[in-house]
Amino acid sequence: MSELSLGAASSTRRRGGRHGSNVGAHVVLIVGSLVMMFPFVWQVIASLSTTPELTSIPPRLLPSVPHPENFAAVFDQLPFLSQFAVSVLITVLRVAGQLVLCAMAGYAFARLRFPGRNVLFALVLAILMVPPQVFLISQYQIVQGLGWLDTIAGIVAPGLFSAFGAFLLRQFFLGLPDELEEAARLDGANPFQVFWSVMLPLAKPGLSALAVITVLTSWNDLLWPLIVSTKPGVQPLSVGLATLQGQFSTDYPVLMAAALMASAPILILFLLMQRRVIDGLAFSGMK
Amino acid sequence: MTSSALLRPEATSVASGAGAPRRRRRSITSSGWWPILFVGPFMLGIAVFYLFPILQTAYFSFTNWGPFGGVTFTGFDNYVELAGDSEVLGALLNTVIYIAIVLLGIPLAVWLASLLNRPGLRLTTLYRTFFFLPYLAMPVAVALVWRLMFNGDYGIINTALAALGIDGPYWLSTPGVALIALSVVGLWMSVGFNIIILSAGLRGIPPELYEAAALDGATRSQQFRQITVPMLTPSIFFVTIINVIAGFQLFDLLYGLIGRSNPVIERTQSLVYLFFNESFVKNNRGYGAVIALVILVIVAVVTAVQFRLQRKWVNYV
Repeated sequence: MSELSLGAASSTRRRGGRHGSNVGAHVVLIVGSLVMMFPFVWQVIASLSTTPELTSIPPRLLPSVPHPENFAAVFDQLPFLSQFAVSVLITVLRVAGQLVLCAMAGYAFARLRFPGRNVLFALVLAILMVPPQVFLISQYQIVQGLGWLDTIAGIVAPGLFSAFGAFLLRQFFLGLPDELEEAARLDGANPFQVFWSVMLPLAKPGLSALAVITVLTSWNDLLWPLIVSTKPGVQPLSVGLATLQGQFSTDYPVLMAAALMASAPILILFLLMQRRVIDGLAFSGMK
Repeated sequence: MTSSALLRPEATSVASGAGAPRRRRRSITSSGWWPILFVGPFMLGIAVFYLFPILQTAYFSFTNWGPFGGVTFTGFDNYVELAGDSEVLGALLNTVIYIAIVLLGIPLAVWLASLLNRPGLRLTTLYRTFFFLPYLAMPVAVALVWRLMFNGDYGIINTALAALGIDGPYWLSTPGVALIALSVVGLWMSVGFNIIILSAGLRGIPPELYEAAALDGATRSQQFRQITVPMLTPSIFFVTIINVIAGFQLFDLLYGLIGRSNPVIERTQSLVYLFFNESFVKNNRGYGAVIALVILVIVAVVTAVQFRLQRKWVNYV
């Protein structure tokens, strides 16, 4: 695992020259980039158009005048602010919960010895291989039994615990050297102090990889919140968009504005932290 | 590499007191009550929300859910129904076709990743960003713009086709065609992720191999076929596994692009959509549980088969 980041760092400036021309590669990559980005460009154009402009045959390629008021209309047609707040809240809670719980469990599975450790870890691995649908009906029953339908708690609860996260961080802790821990222990630190002040700072790359993946999956998650939350005010943006699409299927400009605003936070976060997101995904991909 | 660490039999965990003098790393062995603090909260949640649900779902698969909430034990009735259920078979077939089309993105991603990782290529960060954005964007949000683009009358895709003299179909309301349209969007979304993973693999190929080949007069396309592709097979295998598993989870894109009210959904639905519809729209949770178990078994078998087949084509150096 750690070799990966080393490899990434050293390869960023491999020597160029005497490799022939890269013009062909640029042509292919530019065409590819245009294809990949076109739907986003079209989404921006559509969000600034009017419905007649989009639905005329053939459609206008550019609006005669841009209509930014479509973005304001989103707030009338959708409880956008509260759904945005729900999305942020469930994402933050899941990331925080997973980081704390998975880091502690992952550390224990990697470094502490206790009876039943292998059995428990085997159970965690088994869960990792089970598709989510096998849990969903029962999770719904549990959340319903707790009276948590249509609540943030209900949307968040199962996602606080991640078998994948514990596995990922265990693997990371296994790859860290023993010596520092040993030294801290000789200085009289208890296991929690060792974990908290010695190991956790070393585990930052693993923690950030888990955070990246959890932010991505939580923000975009549809099926679970769709099931447990039927109140528009307690739904995340993903569910809000899916519902809006059914109600106002012809009001494309407002739909596109809403869709852009729902995707934007993740895309902006990616642009700000590109290296970290890509390393995080590649890192967890190498498991 | 870590999978080998994972499968390595661990040293026994019981002999913490007795064998202590022999062990040099004794301090690690005796942890007292600490493990409960570390693992307890996590395992409690895992037990409640993951382990128990597996057992309960297995039980539910033998039950029938009445319209007023009564649950009756019906033995193997659901499984008998499954055997003759063409809807499940259809959903499986749709899912497999979707996966097959998405997998066509892997050769494309190998090619693009090898171009992106050419030594001395400029603008790589920019290109990578462009390719990667579709993977990050919310699937429901992305589905909405594709709906507009695929519209049979005023969609930009049919407008472009008309300019070439081709009469494009009603993409999202024609059975069969809708599945292909859906798969194309799935492919578009997955390419960026595949490129990221394959790029990590490409960086692991020693540059000396290319230098030696170049000295021997190998052309770029020869190097690609004789060095890049064979050396990349472990990454290609990994990406294939991930794409297949993710493909079996097809739901968000289908829900956003086709939607519940479009009649073509019955001919386009995936296994997960069928599960959702059966369990939470029709409240037929007993049969929903059976579909969940079908997904479990199919994914397990397909993954196991892929691991067996890898010996024939994956090179581990």
